[in-house]
Amino acid sequence: MLLEARKVTKRFGGVVALHDLDLQVQPQTIHSVIGPNGAGKTTFFNCVTGFLVPDEGEILLDGQPITGLRPDQIASLGIARTYQTIRLFRFLTVLDNVLIGLHQHVKYGFLDAVLRSRRYHQSERAAEHEARELLRYIGLAGQEHLVATNLSYGDQRRLEIARALALRPRLLLLDEPTAGMNPYETNQMITLIRRLRDERGMTILLIEHDMKVVMNISDLVTVLDFGEKIAEGKPADVQANPLVIEAYLGRGAASGLDTRAAPLPSEESVSDAAS
Amino acid sequence: MATATRRLATLTGGRRVDPTMVIAWTIGTALLVLVLVGSYRTLASGHYTSGQWFDFVVFGLAQGGIYALIALGYTMVYGVLRMINFAHGEVFMSGAFSAFFLADFLERRGFIAEYPVISLLLLLVFAAVVSMTIAVVLERVAYRPLRGAPRLVPLITAVGASFFLQYTFRGLFGSGVRVYPTVPLLEGTTFGIQTKLIVVFLGALATLGILWAFLTFSRTGLAIRAVAEDREAAALMGVNVDRAISSTFAVGGAMAGVAGVLYALVFAQVQFFMGFLPGIKAFTSAVLGGIGNLPGAAVGGLVLGLVESVGPSLFLDGLGIPAAHQLKDVIAFTILVLILIFRPTGILGERLGSRV
Amino acid sequence: MRRALTFGLIGAAIGWHLSLVGMLEAFAGRWLIGQSLSLSSVLLLALLFSVGYLTGRHAADGRDLATTAVPGLLLGCALWALAFLVSGVGLRHIFVAASPALPGIVTFGQGPDVGGLLLLLAIGAAVGLVGGAANWIPAAPRRVVLIALAVTVLVGLLRDVLSPLLPSVLTGLLYSPRGGLSVSGTFIVFGLTVAVPFVRAMTAAQLGGWARVRPAGTWRQRQRALRVLTVLLVMSFPLWGGIFLSNVADFVGLYILMGLGLNLVLGFAGLLDLGYVAFFAIGAYSMAILTSPELGALALGFWPGLLLAVAITVLSGILIGLPVLRMRGDYLAIATLGFGEIVRLLVLSDWLKPHLGGAQGVTRIARPEIGPLVIDRPQEYFYLILVSCGLGWFLSVRLRDSRIGRAWMAIREDEDVAQAMGINRVTAKLLAFATGASLGGLSGALFASLVNSVIPQSFSILVSINVVALLVLGGIGSLPGILVGALALVGLPELLREFQEYRLLVYGVVLVVMMIWRPAGLWPEETRVRELEEAAEEARAMAPAEMVATGQDGA
Repeated sequence: MLLEARKVTKRFGGVVALHDLDLQVQPQTIHSVIGPNGAGKTTFFNCVTGFLVPDEGEILLDGQPITGLRPDQIASLGIARTYQTIRLFRFLTVLDNVLIGLHQHVKYGFLDAVLRSRRYHQSERAAEHEARELLRYIGLAGQEHLVATNLSYGDQRRLEIARALALRPRLLLLDEPTAGMNPYETNQMITLIRRLRDERGMTILLIEHDMKVVMNISDLVTVLDFGEKIAEGKPADVQANPLVIEAYLGRGAASGLDTRAAPLPSEESVSDAAS
Repeated sequence: MATATRRLATLTGGRRVDPTMVIAWTIGTALLVLVLVGSYRTLASGHYTSGQWFDFVVFGLAQGGIYALIALGYTMVYGVLRMINFAHGEVFMSGAFSAFFLADFLERRGFIAEYPVISLLLLLVFAAVVSMTIAVVLERVAYRPLRGAPRLVPLITAVGASFFLQYTFRGLFGSGVRVYPTVPLLEGTTFGIQTKLIVVFLGALATLGILWAFLTFSRTGLAIRAVAEDREAAALMGVNVDRAISSTFAVGGAMAGVAGVLYALVFAQVQFFMGFLPGIKAFTSAVLGGIGNLPGAAVGGLVLGLVESVGPSLFLDGLGIPAAHQLKDVIAFTILVLILIFRPTGILGERLGSRV
Repeated sequence: MRRALTFGLIGAAIGWHLSLVGMLEAFAGRWLIGQSLSLSSVLLLALLFSVGYLTGRHAADGRDLATTAVPGLLLGCALWALAFLVSGVGLRHIFVAASPALPGIVTFGQGPDVGGLLLLLAIGAAVGLVGGAANWIPAAPRRVVLIALAVTVLVGLLRDVLSPLLPSVLTGLLYSPRGGLSVSGTFIVFGLTVAVPFVRAMTAAQLGGWARVRPAGTWRQRQRALRVLTVLLVMSFPLWGGIFLSNVADFVGLYILMGLGLNLVLGFAGLLDLGYVAFFAIGAYSMAILTSPELGALALGFWPGLLLAVAITVLSGILIGLPVLRMRGDYLAIATLGFGEIVRLLVLSDWLKPHLGGAQGVTRIARPEIGPLVIDRPQEYFYLILVSCGLGWFLSVRLRDSRIGRAWMAIREDEDVAQAMGINRVTAKLLAFATGASLGGLSGALFASLVNSVIPQSFSILVSINVVALLVLGGIGSLPGILVGALALVGLPELLREFQEYRLLVYGVVLVVMMIWRPAGLWPEETRVRELEEAAEEARAMAPAEMVATGQDGA
């Protein structure tokens, strides 16, 4: 068990965003968290990454409690994330964005920087090499010196992932990575996420609204509603769960269930994924 | 270890305990101890008579009333635009300064002696109009083009506008001090309190009351409150956001103008640089009470005025600091820094709407 | 037409403003060309030109062009009205600048009579039209002409400064016996500055094809030669500049040093520190306390004093940085402002007088000694300050291109995400404050030694604003921009007495205008340009009713 959340509760004034949430993420799996808007998914991410401190409950990474640690401490423990709305360093270059992700792994200090010691040169060279590698892996090779804001939407999302990968994380939190993407880009993202798990041994916790994606790649799906877990299991089971359907449809058609792309589990989805 | 940190964090309201806060708390506590020790020693020594304390308090209240009026301008603009109108102190100054010329004119004609009440009202209205105009022009020229910009940009612009106004006034009217004519009616004491202080304090209260009535009952007031709470929703409801924002500046400016005349009544002097300190102190008051929170700004103003008036004598003197009154501005600035460190949301809490 | 009227009115307001704050009168004493064209006239002409230019921005044909005469006419009228009022009604007891000389200045010497009115209307219409027509000249040549005009004006203004430096043959040619440029001089300067880029463009076009064969080599060589020449000029400056100019250069250098320091805090890390003068003051006063025999205790030499003063300032940087770490941007600005004022008030107080000198300050601060040599002349200090600036520059460049600089820029762009990237914002921000403080303290210590005394008046918020303004003008985050800003906002007022009076007025205008028109500065760092251009785009695209909560700030 890589990540465990025990009875996590978070309140904002009178609103209970998360209530007694128990969640376990197994290593080297793709674990999706779904639920209607406002269910508390991003709040949960914020608690895991240290941006928010839960009012009750604990979060453990590899058995070690991480609740209450600062975001940069949690980053150093190996948790990285992307954001619902893209939060790149928009006016820095693509390369710089990834290099910032490598901040903790580039080890030299103030004096090294000023005096341009050997350690500086070695570290910078290694960092640049690693950054370029990541960009190549992600598919952004050759665009290192473009300003981040000038990339296409899909490329920006991938850059955000590259930047997160630069942290050399064990756990990667992706917040709606396919939001705003067309089907072609979505499929590319699906492939990428799978590769991350299979080739790089990452554990991925995913917030998604696109059911096609969720059904396709998830090893496990957790469903939240009003800050509570209402269902958990394999994608097919969850999809058929009446509580889940009621949570989505019972609250109105527009609250997140992507009915257009929600196929019943069949050969269709398999062939879709292959395309 | 992390659990303990987290539990402590929940105690401190969800924030992490870091070493910086520990140091801050140490220094804060040390200051508090100093204040208490100093106060105790002053009171124990009986250095000041109760009459003198009374005078300090009264003066502090009058001064506080002035700060409150200016602070409301800051807090309203922050509520509507999420920006600190750094030039608001100069809006205050412009009212006070321009009303001087009217006061001078009235005095030469003997008006002030003959019709003191009407003269005062004229001065107040004149100052209010001048300040209002400057505030509205300021918004239109310097702030509106920057509506969507990152936060630091309007602040830098406001600083620039502040200096521009200061030195324009210096260029127009000279760097010298202009002395307001005395109003015979306001000299002397009533019930043992200086009459002019009573008038200033009551005047401030009355203006605050008018403001409250305006914001609560008028359509413009409603528009302002709507925009402060949720600009987007207000726009969707048909509120003319630009006009509401201009009105906010206008109202804030008018009050600063009134404050200007009241200030002149108390301190009798105006000068091009006079807006800087009251401006900062009024901002401190606004933050003290909770930025965006109107009653908070008023309360903050009164509190700051009192502390500034009573403080040097009360605790600095007891600590053996010579010429303690020189440091009254240091008290104000220290309160500013402390509030921003420890409780930026203010005593009564921030009252801001959704983020726009 | 509406544009024309608006701009005309704005121009009129500016014209009245310039007159009534006394700028026109102050500038009237400075001659630009012979004794016929004064700076104030140039200012008025520039104003007329600008309103015409701005009105004619979207002029499509001749009729539209005609409307550009309107703002000129309006402005002319307004100026004449002012002249008439001032000469007729005694406004002096209200507006101190409404002197008897003003009407003449405003009407280009004619006076507030019918002749004056006609003259103003004619000039107004003519110059307005020229301004409007200028829109039709393609951008590149237009820019060249404008720069040439600016250079000519500068050369004329700086006559007092330049003539002692140039060989007398040249001065005789360029300048008239009294006053500013001679007529021939004007043409020569203007002609040269227009011709140089022109010629370059022409030769580049001619070389065209085969210039590509060896562009990089020659270009780089030329750049290097230029750089060497600049270095030589700068290094030898005190020798040919004289004592006055060296003094000015010293002050410009001190402000460059402070600019470099604040640039680390504001430009790289994005923290708006409005109380930077605190570091300047602490550096200066530390130097005073440590080296002056007046205050008793210690009387260290210059160099140990300097080192300790900088160390003390660094410490204060950390102390000031600690509490403001977690504040949001605008609160941080005000809090640092508070600190700056607290420092000044404490230094001024009677309470600390025995230790800090009170209102009289401290004198007899140590002078630098290198072996037997004592540095006590501005020319000699120049080298010391030059080396310090070099040090600051070196530090800035090295830090900028390292992980520390990247961390700062990440914090500047998005602090929350920066933290999520593993950047410890406490250490990063403290490092920024400490390093920024060190340069400020160095500048202060050098200042104390240069002026040989410290008085509280020298350390007011105006210094902080000065540094912020020069950063804004040059471009926040841009290192060459600091040079531009310092030369323009510190150098120029020192050289031209008239500007001294109105320095802060100009700073205010600079801050406002730059933020609205060119937020990236005059010599921007590439990233800032992109950032602020985008924000401007977004603001323009968003009307209040269309603003959809984009939830940019997460959580």
